[in-house]
Amino acid sequence: MERVDAYPTHEYQGFKLRPGKPFPFGATFVPGGVNFSIYSSHATSCTLALFNKGEAQPKIEIPFPDEFRIGDVFAMTVFGLDYENIEYGYRMEGPFDPQQGHRFDPSKILLDPYAKAISGRDVWGKPPNWENIFPHRSLLVFDDFDWDDDRPLEIPMEDLVIYEMHVRSFTRHPSSGVKFPGTFAGIRQKLPYLKELGVNCIELMPIYEFDEFENSRTSPETGETLMNYWGYSTVGFFAPKSGLAATGKLGMQVDELKALVKDLHRNGIEVFLDVVFNHTAEGNENGPYISFKGIDNKTYYMLTPEGYYFNFSGTGNTLNCNNPVVRNIVLDCLRYWASEYHIDGFRFDLASILGRDPLGYPLSNPPLLESLAFDPILAKCKLIAEAWDAGGLYQVGSFPAYGRWAEWNGKYRDGLRRFLKGEPGLAGDIAQRLQGSPDLYASRGPTASINFITCHDGFTLYDLVSYNDKHNEANGEGNRDGANDNDSWNCGWEGPSTDPGINSMRIRQMKNAAAMLLVSQGVPMILMGDEVARTQNGNNNTYCQDNSLNWLDWNLMNSQSELFRFFKNCIKFRLAHPVFRNRWHLSNQDRIGSGYADISWHGTQAWNADWSGSSRLLAFMLNGKHARGGMVEDDDIYMAMNMHWDSQWFELPRLPEGKNWHVFANTSAPSPEDVWETGHEPLLENQNGILLGDRSVVILVGK
Amino acid sequence: MEVIQSIIQDVNVVKLAGDLDGNTAPNVQAQIMPLAIPNVKMILDMSEVSYMSSAGLRMLLVMYRTIISKSGKVVLVGLSEDIRDTMSMTGFLDFFTYLETLDDGLKTLSS
Repeated sequence: MERVDAYPTHEYQGFKLRPGKPFPFGATFVPGGVNFSIYSSHATSCTLALFNKGEAQPKIEIPFPDEFRIGDVFAMTVFGLDYENIEYGYRMEGPFDPQQGHRFDPSKILLDPYAKAISGRDVWGKPPNWENIFPHRSLLVFDDFDWDDDRPLEIPMEDLVIYEMHVRSFTRHPSSGVKFPGTFAGIRQKLPYLKELGVNCIELMPIYEFDEFENSRTSPETGETLMNYWGYSTVGFFAPKSGLAATGKLGMQVDELKALVKDLHRNGIEVFLDVVFNHTAEGNENGPYISFKGIDNKTYYMLTPEGYYFNFSGTGNTLNCNNPVVRNIVLDCLRYWASEYHIDGFRFDLASILGRDPLGYPLSNPPLLESLAFDPILAKCKLIAEAWDAGGLYQVGSFPAYGRWAEWNGKYRDGLRRFLKGEPGLAGDIAQRLQGSPDLYASRGPTASINFITCHDGFTLYDLVSYNDKHNEANGEGNRDGANDNDSWNCGWEGPSTDPGINSMRIRQMKNAAAMLLVSQGVPMILMGDEVARTQNGNNNTYCQDNSLNWLDWNLMNSQSELFRFFKNCIKFRLAHPVFRNRWHLSNQDRIGSGYADISWHGTQAWNADWSGSSRLLAFMLNGKHARGGMVEDDDIYMAMNMHWDSQWFELPRLPEGKNWHVFANTSAPSPEDVWETGHEPLLENQNGILLGDRSVVILVGK
Repeated sequence: MEVIQSIIQDVNVVKLAGDLDGNTAPNVQAQIMPLAIPNVKMILDMSEVSYMSSAGLRMLLVMYRTIISKSGKVVLVGLSEDIRDTMSMTGFLDFFTYLETLDDGLKTLSS
């Protein structure tokens, strides 16, 4: 049956129109035309501007007739558009009164906050026309992707091994050998690598449309252009970044990203997005008008009583996340990515901001975080908070979780780093961290803890064991940017070394880190390239570097194959042993009558851990009968960690009759005896004890 | 955009020439759809398609779904490298059997 609303009722300068439907917001295909819907609490009138693709001036501007507005929503259906060649935006009229929070400027054409694709930065790094009156343009998008039977994978949280990567960095280096370097398609071509490494989740650094030219400048050190490379500054929340898609120049970035997600899912790999809802690319009162500022400044931004921008994000403005309107757009956005792109989880940049009220005060029961936690579409999505912000709020362990939210565990990172570099007195802290931080997440369980030693912020793993201090001169800020508390140790020489002793210690330290990370209860996260000793030459804040400081050099796969093999085997080992992947905290007791506690602590003497202030070592045993709370039976595992500069003899706890200790890993043994294939671990000769070299770890399997 | 139909053996060969985009796709679809009868064997010869937009890709997939639902078979031949790359990266190529030449296509459909 034909629909009545497939016919126009109005006309404006040759364009056929009809009052639109307020829902859904954004631009939607309807029979015969396109429905445009946008809201503003304070605009007095609105005009739709339509451009032919790439043209300087709009081909038509259609004011919304009064009768096309319902509530605060302007909605209009326009018929007969050549939808593949249309770019659109809006002009809004309203008060300009900064003290009251209003900054309407009808001379600006504004991006639709719900734009599903955005043109203007179609090809990464291609200098734009700076005279463009409307630089970031909304596009019309088909949302009819054929997913076959794909849906988000719903891998249990405790079984994840996350790999944090930047889309462009992963394959941009000439050595990657992919056909379209630095793109979503490039990742797809490197799927065999991810499969071999064994990770089952990739977390993509920002892929929402951003402007790589935001604050771009020339480096005084190198003469290179410094860019907004990482992309933590959103232009449009519903659009994938065109410049990260090989087909972006054809406007097909939506399909390219969906094809990547579908293919990753087919290979058992989940996809998380690193989402930045705390601020936008519009900066403060001196920043550009892109979208929100001209649509409804007072609603979208946190403003001081005088009308200036609060700056809890450290980037100029702060999104007003607990305003009901803003809350809804965040929710709409995540629902869109979960349902239209089959995204498996989200990591929220500076998430503590999402728990502040419109004046910036932390809320005890933040409605936005609660809405996300209980939303039906997001019900199986993983939600991960970076549980701090640039305004001084630090909520690791106390982020409002509603039984759903996990956190980047900054205390895990700090504790592991300090233990690794040989600081004394950390045995107690490390025991907490390896158990999934029950001191922080008593009621939430170990899966609340995303364990990581390195992430995009800060040193890479190789740099962590090669530099005492940051070396950020290339960023052109006099080495003042980036964190100073790196808890790193260079193993005796700052930077690259030709000393074989130093180099072998660095390799050992990286293996130690990998081993500790991958046996910890909770969810491990690996930074892209750490498995092959990627370096940033000591730069711990490469946010602006579009060059080999960020690009993964695939030649490392050959030169660092020993480290790669160690990582790979440790990941397989973790996934083969449920005893590392408990949903709930270990009790340190024997509640099932196995004769052993689920976890027991040891030192150089079995059953006698050294918790003293001078201790630099720790050992533990996991009893396999307690795996998954006693639901499955696994082997027993013993791990000893000696971060002392001398070798140490560790007495081993006795196994039950019939079981023997086998060696899975020994980081002081030369490759290939540093690590074994799961299931092929050789019998340990002396079942009573083992000598650990200086700064090394041993993992044994009792079977 | 030209659509040239022929029948070789028992195979419907449809040769497309020109740009396949939002302006031309509806017309092309209207011409091909009547051929999508039950158990049809069809070859789409793309060797003279110079550009394919999002709408063009979608038209191909709609054709594919229609033909498959009628127990037919469809094969693409003569894709340029550019178009093959675009189809591959956007996931559309995954649905199709595609071969280099018309002869390859005929062999595949007759076997």
